[in-house]
Amino acid sequence: MSAAPLALPTGPALRPQVAGDDIVKRGLMIVIMLYLLVTLAAPLYVLLSKSVSVYRFDLATFEIQRSDATGQNFSAPKTVAQLNAETGAIAPDQLEAGSDGRLSLTSLFKDFNFRSPVKYRLRGMDASASFLIGSELHRGPDWVELDSNMFRRVALRPATTTGLDNFITYFSTPSLTRAIWNSAIIGIITTGLVIVIAFGLAYAFNRSRMRGKGFFRLVTAIPILVPSLLPGIALVYLFGNQGLLKDVLMGHSIYGPIGIVIGSVFFTLPHALMIISTALATADARHYEAATSLGATKWRTFWTVTVPGARYGIISAAFVVFTLVVTDFGLPKVIGGQYNMLAVDIYKQVIGQQNFEMGAVVSVLLLVPAVAAFLVDRAVQSRQVSLLSARSVPYAPKPKTAFDWACFAYCTLVAIFILAMIGVCQLAASVKFWPYDLTPTLRNFRFDLMDGGGWAAYYNSITMALLTAIFGTGIVFVGAYMVEKSDGFHIGRALFHFLAMLPMAVPGMVLGLGYIFFFNNPANPLHAIYGTMAILVVCTISHFYTVSHLTALTALKQMDREFEAVAASLKQPFHRLFFRVTIPVCLPAVLDIAIYMFVNAMTTVSALVFLYSTQTQLASVAVLNMDDAGDIAPAAAMGMMIFYTNVAARLVHMVIARRLLARTQAWRYA
Amino acid sequence: MRHEILAGAPATPTDVSLAGAGAAMPSYLEIEALWKVFGKFAALKGVSLTVKEGEFVCFLGPSGCGKTTLLRAIAGLDLQTQGTIRQGGRDISTLPPSKRDYGIVFQSYALFPNLTIERNIAFGLENAKRPKAEIQARVAELLDLVGLSAQAKKYPAQLSGGQQQRIALARAMAIAPGLLLLDEPLSALDAKVRVHLRHEIKELQRKLGVTTVMVTHDQEEALAMADRIVVMNHGVIEQVGTPTEVYRHPTTLFVADFIGETNKIPARVLANGRLASAGTELACAPHDIPVGSAVTAVIRPVDIIPHGTGARSPGAPDTVGTLENLVETAVVKMEFLGSFWRCRLTSPRFGDHVLVADLSINAVRRLRVAEGADMLIELPRDRVLVFAKEG
Repeated sequence: MSAAPLALPTGPALRPQVAGDDIVKRGLMIVIMLYLLVTLAAPLYVLLSKSVSVYRFDLATFEIQRSDATGQNFSAPKTVAQLNAETGAIAPDQLEAGSDGRLSLTSLFKDFNFRSPVKYRLRGMDASASFLIGSELHRGPDWVELDSNMFRRVALRPATTTGLDNFITYFSTPSLTRAIWNSAIIGIITTGLVIVIAFGLAYAFNRSRMRGKGFFRLVTAIPILVPSLLPGIALVYLFGNQGLLKDVLMGHSIYGPIGIVIGSVFFTLPHALMIISTALATADARHYEAATSLGATKWRTFWTVTVPGARYGIISAAFVVFTLVVTDFGLPKVIGGQYNMLAVDIYKQVIGQQNFEMGAVVSVLLLVPAVAAFLVDRAVQSRQVSLLSARSVPYAPKPKTAFDWACFAYCTLVAIFILAMIGVCQLAASVKFWPYDLTPTLRNFRFDLMDGGGWAAYYNSITMALLTAIFGTGIVFVGAYMVEKSDGFHIGRALFHFLAMLPMAVPGMVLGLGYIFFFNNPANPLHAIYGTMAILVVCTISHFYTVSHLTALTALKQMDREFEAVAASLKQPFHRLFFRVTIPVCLPAVLDIAIYMFVNAMTTVSALVFLYSTQTQLASVAVLNMDDAGDIAPAAAMGMMIFYTNVAARLVHMVIARRLLARTQAWRYA
Repeated sequence: MRHEILAGAPATPTDVSLAGAGAAMPSYLEIEALWKVFGKFAALKGVSLTVKEGEFVCFLGPSGCGKTTLLRAIAGLDLQTQGTIRQGGRDISTLPPSKRDYGIVFQSYALFPNLTIERNIAFGLENAKRPKAEIQARVAELLDLVGLSAQAKKYPAQLSGGQQQRIALARAMAIAPGLLLLDEPLSALDAKVRVHLRHEIKELQRKLGVTTVMVTHDQEEALAMADRIVVMNHGVIEQVGTPTEVYRHPTTLFVADFIGETNKIPARVLANGRLASAGTELACAPHDIPVGSAVTAVIRPVDIIPHGTGARSPGAPDTVGTLENLVETAVVKMEFLGSFWRCRLTSPRFGDHVLVADLSINAVRRLRVAEGADMLIELPRDRVLVFAKEG
């Protein structure tokens, strides 16, 4: 029977006739991919190229002739470089320029006088050499004749080259490079502390039968709901120059490393706790039974079973925390004092000194730890999967009175720490002058009297967060669906996946700076969105894309791979399946993405601090600006408004979820 | 080693064709020179096949043989690299799944978890044009057909695996497709439910008369359900035939070995119909392998005829007349498998080779077969099949 030919007949492989559905699917995927390219890849590319763009006045590419007093007889042409070699009028460090650099030439001629009848001729020797006369740009090898009065208004423009000069400048400036070490040290110390604290909490949550687990879980999630600036403000109130507990620090200042570390512990704790708790929750009871039956002590079991079982979680959490600390901008801005951190340096370079190239250099440096952390995290995640098998028996802790109370005491301590930070802010916000005049007042909530945008900023933030949640969830979910549930088009899907993972490795400051470079270029047709609400929403969606994308992917992967095939065989268009089955089944994940986007949009500062305009001020940025202006109590008040808004959003999310899920998820509980 | 694993070949095979419905029908599905290449690996190597209208065809083979690839090509889910597929005279080779005409049931059933049973079945019917009453009537009819009317309002997760399987079948049949594709539809079920559903699906298929292609790796399933079996291996079709044909008359050693149990005896061709094996000469079924070739002689354990515990056993009435291929053996080991005894026999004439014979309980009692005893067996000439030695 096997008379079939044994070689594939030559000729092109068959190509499928593409159904209308496939065209729609690919079209949607391409649209979302373009969106990611424009809102993510392009700004990052421009940022990178900016960091290696060097601006220098190239004097050898300009030639000058000068006439005698009659204005008739011109000298032989000389390059500006030759003239400068003769006179030494322009110092070498004057040749280094920014993108806006201008160089006047009058100093080359000692006897220059703008009333003199002497005339000048000037030309560029190649196409790149350009100069301004007034505001008019000239370039090219044609001589331009100028009288002395006009020559006064000539300014050379720098030539652009590509090179590492910006980096060399950076690394030869000790005041800048110190920030690298500062960031690294703060990152390492905080990571160590957070991992230990979070492991203790996760252990108590998963391995004890203590009371109040639900309460502690709620409290330890609080830091996610506030901007990272808020713990800074709380620390100022507690340990600052007029702080209640200033003496506890025994003369050390809270402004600096101590404050940054404590505040960082506060705002990274929930992230570490979530990851480690997941790792500990998936323990296999059989390993513990085996250890007990082999007569291992509890201590030994802890080190040989518990810790190794959670090691991937611990590694993953460590890298996440380190990245968060190193890339965070709000906290060191508020409490860092003179202690330079990389993320703050970007802000200082860009906003303070308008040195965009140097800002780009620091951004590139900040990308390094973030990308490294991202890669390690990916590698670890892919291993974590294999730990749990279908046969695993979930571990159920038994009550142990002493141990359970110890866990309770420990959790209480951590809860007090968190609640104290929030409580101090609330108190400070609602009294006249903490801690000297404790008369209750709402004065600090009259934001319209302060800098920072007033209540409008608060409403802007809510609008922005809602738009981000709605559009972000839509874009992310549809994108994830197209990647996960369409066939063929492998290169496109791989590229899409890469783009979707990219934001995880890009700190907010870096993204924001990239947006300035990309969207604030008048030549960019998308320039119109610069300074609008749209760019804030677009940037925030991109910033928080990865986690949302992964959440959507996880939910979609749990759907049977053959649903699409079944729907096609039943002649049903994919959008019917999408709305009747995919969305309803994935609704919990969709709602999770929406609330994640909302909460983060409310609290984020880093990217948006570069992008807001007077019309689109934001609450989280207002906290920063009011604190900067010395209005600390109103800053705390605004921070608390963000907190309450997020709490309310969570409650609304819970109610909606409960109601919608009752309708769409009945099958789960049937 | 395969005969150690597989069990339960039909005890009384007959040559009666079961093709029934399909025999005189026109061809419905025509597959021509189908290739599927993944990089350097060819999953299908020029497969050609014709399925008649109303026929139940099984693709049978070990995992990786290309049977699922072939089914997915028919469904348009994985396009073949080359080759044509015609269904009902229409060239569907490159059509997307939605433009083809089939219903499909997957191993996972792929029931929509958030829709009730009736919404699941109605999924393919709900077009703007179709009146609601008509849809309801059709759903009721299908629910009745699979005997699950009482479960209409339940969700899939509330049903047993077998019930879910029947709902998937009802959903696939709702749009009255011309072709029903079943991708390992029973392999996720327990053994008992599987045997039961086997009959039910077959009954349903016969009732509806829908042309059906099923993929399975379970030979028992294929033998019990199919009108014709397509045995595949390494991307080619080894044999196409009715269950009895592939069982009784395998055309390749692979088919003989894959379906049912076999004894494989290395031998050499002496003449057409005569073999030399180790220390003995055997008569065999006619073949066209040249004299002197090394071959494998194959006989199924159930085809070995026992003649009692010695050459002149008094209780053996059929030792009269001239007998061929009589072999004196020793019973080394006996294993009771419920409906028969599996005996391992050795004979100096086969060297070290152990022959497996499946003897009825009756025969064992009558011939007083016991471990350690001698036994004369006959290898009936027409059941000794010869295949050229593999590679």
